[in-house]
Amino acid sequence: MYDFAYHKPTTVADAVKILSADPEARPISGGQTLLPALKHRLNKPTAVVDLSGIAELKGIRREGDRLVIGALAKHGEVANSPEVKAAIPALAQMASTIGDTQVRNRGTIGGSVSNNDPAADYPAAVLGLDATVVTDKRRIAADDFFQGMFTTALEPGELLVAIEFPIPEKAGYAKMRNPASRYVMAGVFVARTKSGTRVVVNGAGPGVFRQAEMETALAANWSADAVAGVKQSPDGLNGDIHGSAEYRAHLVTVMAKRAVANAG
Amino acid sequence: MTVVTPFEGIGASVKRKEDLRFLSGRGRYTDDINRPGQAYAHILRSPHAHAAIRGIDLAAARAMPGVVAVFTGADMVGLGGLPCGWQIHNKDGSPMAEPPHPVLAQGKVRFVGDAVAVVIASTRAAARDAAEAIEVEYEVLPAVATMEAALAPGAPAVHDGVAGNLCYDWHIGDPAVNAAAFQGAHKVVEFELVNNRLVPNAMEPRAAIGDFDPTTGDYTLYTTSQNPHVIRLLMGAFVLQLPEHKLRVVAPDVGGGFGSKIFHYAEEAIVTWAAGKIARPVKWTADRSESFITDAHGRDHVTKARLALDAEGRFLALHVQTLANMGAYLSTFSTSVPTYLYATLLAGVYTTPTVYAEVKAVFTNTVPVDAYRGAGRPEATFLLERLVDVAAREMGMDRIEIRRRNFIPNDAFPYQTPVALQYDSGDYVATLEEALKVADWAGFEQRRQAAKAAGKLRGIGISTYLEACGIAPSAVVGALGARAGLYEVGTIRVHPTGSVTVLTGTHSHGQGHETTLAQLVTDRLGVPLAQVDIVHGDTAKIPFGMGTYGSRSLAVGGSAMVKAMDKIVAKARRIAAHLMEASVEDVEFDRGTFRVAGTDKTKSWGEICLTAYVPHNYPIEEIEPGLDETAFYDPKNFTYPGGCHICEIEIDPDTCQVAVVNFTAVDDVGRVINPMIVEGQVQGGVAQGIGQALLETAVYDENGQLLSASFMDYQMPRANDLPPVSVATHTTLCTHNPLGVKGCGEVGAIGSPPAVINAVVDALRDYDVRHIEMPATPAKIWGIIHAGQRLAAE
Ligand SMILES: Cc1cc2nc3c(=O)[nH]c(=O)nc-3n(C[C@H](O)[C@H](O)[C@H](O)COP(=O)(O)OP(=O)(O)OC[C@H]3O[C@@H](n4cnc5c(N)ncnc54)[C@H](O)[C@@H]3O)c2cc1C
Repeated sequence: MYDFAYHKPTTVADAVKILSADPEARPISGGQTLLPALKHRLNKPTAVVDLSGIAELKGIRREGDRLVIGALAKHGEVANSPEVKAAIPALAQMASTIGDTQVRNRGTIGGSVSNNDPAADYPAAVLGLDATVVTDKRRIAADDFFQGMFTTALEPGELLVAIEFPIPEKAGYAKMRNPASRYVMAGVFVARTKSGTRVVVNGAGPGVFRQAEMETALAANWSADAVAGVKQSPDGLNGDIHGSAEYRAHLVTVMAKRAVANAG
Repeated sequence: MTVVTPFEGIGASVKRKEDLRFLSGRGRYTDDINRPGQAYAHILRSPHAHAAIRGIDLAAARAMPGVVAVFTGADMVGLGGLPCGWQIHNKDGSPMAEPPHPVLAQGKVRFVGDAVAVVIASTRAAARDAAEAIEVEYEVLPAVATMEAALAPGAPAVHDGVAGNLCYDWHIGDPAVNAAAFQGAHKVVEFELVNNRLVPNAMEPRAAIGDFDPTTGDYTLYTTSQNPHVIRLLMGAFVLQLPEHKLRVVAPDVGGGFGSKIFHYAEEAIVTWAAGKIARPVKWTADRSESFITDAHGRDHVTKARLALDAEGRFLALHVQTLANMGAYLSTFSTSVPTYLYATLLAGVYTTPTVYAEVKAVFTNTVPVDAYRGAGRPEATFLLERLVDVAAREMGMDRIEIRRRNFIPNDAFPYQTPVALQYDSGDYVATLEEALKVADWAGFEQRRQAAKAAGKLRGIGISTYLEACGIAPSAVVGALGARAGLYEVGTIRVHPTGSVTVLTGTHSHGQGHETTLAQLVTDRLGVPLAQVDIVHGDTAKIPFGMGTYGSRSLAVGGSAMVKAMDKIVAKARRIAAHLMEASVEDVEFDRGTFRVAGTDKTKSWGEICLTAYVPHNYPIEEIEPGLDETAFYDPKNFTYPGGCHICEIEIDPDTCQVAVVNFTAVDDVGRVINPMIVEGQVQGGVAQGIGQALLETAVYDENGQLLSASFMDYQMPRANDLPPVSVATHTTLCTHNPLGVKGCGEVGAIGSPPAVINAVVDALRDYDVRHIEMPATPAKIWGIIHAGQRLAAE
């Protein structure tokens, strides 16, 4: 990796100050995405701002009909949290399947959602549950937050502070892993919330997206059979050495059925 | 009270002596070694598959902080290139094309990863920073990334002067006899298949440290090698022109090789040569990304085959045409793999009276391809065992029955095949029967129905295979083009108090030799295992050796030790005879005790050893003091392990993922020295075989960029990809080595891939599928299962 300065602020305000002053500085949370990129010299930040000492970014708590998860919550913490398991078991289950034990003990929800890797897990839950992304400046609805491959509504220097998840009536997730990387090859998150029924696809396309036809089918009839008949179009989906867009489109329907079954 | 010592000799599953250091993180690998004043090398590699180098500007790099030196191919003019160890001849008798393989590129790069320049600096990071400051002006040339592209008329030439990118066009067998046998056959089965290209991925990446002592002119190379003496010979004699007495090669603990660490690589020559140039030690350690694009890859064949059968399903003739990818340059043993390690195996366990094989080796703009666990034999086995299944189906015969009908019978040994080899022993019916029993072949239909009820497609596949290892008789391989002998060397040093140090020319990089070889000594000399040490991997300590590959360490290296122990026992009996005042013919030796036959007069091993080194009461006129012996053992034949592998899989028709639910391996590896280690070797080999069959493949794009260049895209088998593997052995002894051993290092990787694919094809019996290429990925299986639906939708 290239040389960089290292900062370890203890408040969001201090972190934002450093990041705003230097557009080439990067925040680091669990480092599970940023560190490999640095080691491969794919990234050359002037400074790395370590968020791990900021208490405001930590914690998982229930606030009325919402579950608030701090940006620094590690995948392992989300997976094992009694609050998450009680309120949104599908989210805890999802977290328990991200990467491997080492990754789950380092990687954070804030890092994952800010990064918006199209093959990541969490963005599907954030969009599927109609969550709100809370930053140091504002509140952003999930529908506005994810903007395609590795792109989000976050502005340079803006920090993701927490994610507020409305507690759904039902939610379920299913994915097929990419055989090599074990990131998501095609996944579907389904949820029935007060604001409606959502079906979100991850892994298969260049970013997470809502599957409108499946949402309609599921809203009318919450059952695996309802989505089984809906075919995903391969147009615009990813195709690579692991599988064609057509194969991924097929998997979307399979995963949608399984997600509904998992939701119960 | 009698003290019962646990049996530690031949046949005992003693725990591995080396595991304490390996499992507690205290192994000492090349990268763990640091020499005083050491500098670090970083190698600038070609980003292009094929390009002419129009200029290299080193000024900026040389001015970077910490840089000691920067070298390019221009600095190495006059030194040799990396040699190829095996010369193959074309059908017409002319020698193969053997273009130069420069250590650092000379005007041209030929694959992504080809070494262009080396930066040596005081830290790794400084060397890498400076390498980025080197400006290379490339003129990108059209590349040939596949054999098909390389053989197309008018294809760009990988090497000037190598017509049609053809390294050789070789054959074995009698074409006229073969062609005649196809005439009037009841049926001819034609078949084409690919043997997928693999990246070896040893756990420890390659590393090398060059060290130079200006006061003596001595060079030392520490390297991740399976055969340090071979590296000393190749690098000293052919590349750097250093005599053996001035060059020491040390291969310390090595974290896996699987063949990829047999070969002499450019980096070894670079660090050794550069250490002399700058009079400082120079260290290079590959990172994983570098391993993907510089470690020799494995397999990569495309084959067409025809099998002639009579009406009863007996094989009459086999004709095979194979294209073998060499990559951009000839790696050390690359040329022997698709010829003498492949085509000579095409009789398999069957009595096919005539086999004719034609092999074309092809240059492409890809990483060099060379031996990888099994080397040639997995390719032969995959071809045969798929072909036999296809033939059975097309003849309407049972898969087991067609095999039985063609097996070489037990009374036919020694059995001369039509492709040069003479098998000494085997019992193919016995390994088949046992495997069928262990795998409960008879109960499969029930399991298939149960799976079907649960919505799964279940299949079972079998492979009855044979391989040739324990390589190899020197005169035979010499006649076939090998440029080296393939004997092995063992020195047994008996110390005055009776403990033993063995110096072996083989090398252990995961196989457990420090245990298995010590068991040979314990068994023969009666010395407890704790008092036997195996030393390997250092040309300054070990007289000579050809190293470890081709499952040769026990069959050849162990046999050399037996010969040395024979000499020791003969001498020790003379000493014992003197002490017991008996004639030497009357002295018997059995595991630590010398006895005058028929009496209770005995001397212990310890007493004889002490006498040999403290020769007070000693026949000094007739016998020299001391009790060390060295032996060279040149094998009389290859060894022929074989057996039967059965694989059972389930396909989820929704995702089309394959789960291996059961795997049975019943192998004949000759005498088993340590059953636990044999089981581990077979399991590891099967894991690699399942990896090849279902998961792994190296994919290049048409420009010669490796797409599967990291674990993000190259799928190594993980624990949850692998089933429990039931391992059993059925022994017939090797008839021509003193231990009766055959070798177990490669059987797992050789026998398993066709068993897996046969199972996948069997699971898809309701679909129109004759063959599925490796790896049988979910995407490929989806293509088969859903092709009908998709066609209807279009
Ligand atoms: C072997 C391996 C396997 C993996 N498998 C999976 C998988 O199956 N599924 C999956 O979803 N993920 C997987 N990951 C990724 C993992 O989940 C990462 O933890 C996650 O992508 C990033 O989280 P992090 O805390 O490590 O972020 P970091 O690496 O620290 O940062 C990632 C990016 O986000 C930015 N960032 C971090 N925190 C904030 C913040 N609070 N506000 C604004 N920007 C921020 C950083 O600047 C950086 O650009 C895997 C990773 C590895 C190494």
